[in-house]
Amino acid sequence: MIQWLLVGVIVISTVMGDLLQTIEMKRIGEVNDFRLGRIGALLAELARRRFLIAAVFFMAISFFAFMKLLSVADLSFAVPASAATVVVETVLAKLLLKEQVDVRRWAGAGLVACGVVLLAL
Amino acid sequence: MRPDIKTRVFTLIVILTQVLGNFALSWGLKHEAEGLSSSPLTFLRAIFTPYVLLGISLLIVWLLSRMTLLSWADLSYVLPVTSIGYVLNSVIGVYFFDEKISPARWLGTFLIVAGIVLVGTTCPRTTPGQMAEKA
Repeated sequence: MIQWLLVGVIVISTVMGDLLQTIEMKRIGEVNDFRLGRIGALLAELARRRFLIAAVFFMAISFFAFMKLLSVADLSFAVPASAATVVVETVLAKLLLKEQVDVRRWAGAGLVACGVVLLAL
Repeated sequence: MRPDIKTRVFTLIVILTQVLGNFALSWGLKHEAEGLSSSPLTFLRAIFTPYVLLGISLLIVWLLSRMTLLSWADLSYVLPVTSIGYVLNSVIGVYFFDEKISPARWLGTFLIVAGIVLVGTTCPRTTPGQMAEKA
């Protein structure tokens, strides 16, 4: 029972974290410069972005719930069970982020999600 | 459309750091930390063991490289394509944690790989260019 409660917390917080990250990284724009000094400046920039701070907060919730889940369940249960996020996030990527999810992406996300469920058996 | 070299390199980094990070974390929690109670102190003690620390460091690199990848690639592209990590985690579970692998798991592995191949044939980016002017 506690495992499934933790899975619920992991899914919701992962979805929130990923959406916020994607929105903010698209606002920042494509990262092209990987020189050390620029990476430092980029990290400083990332640390100032509200959506990224919120995203890290949600990921922290997800992370601690995941750590707790690992301590009460096998890795092979813990990882796949938290992967319902693939489908939820693909739907939200289309609806909220306006990404063009064509038939190959829907099929791919569906196959991955089915595969992940089978891995948990 | 084939992904460019930058997309491929970052996809690889995201996959490797996640799989190795999860492995180190799981190994550390099973072999170094006593069963986690709900007390925050036990959580903190668990964090400062070598394998858990290594796992957390790798997962920080994972987070940053994934953010970088998301600065140009779609979420609906990144998610499925990096999900080969689930398969690798499962393989690790079999070899290092004596977890059992069933026919259903083999089928699951096959479906995930098929899904990745499908999504991998789509263009990594379908949204307009950057909304802000600088990186």
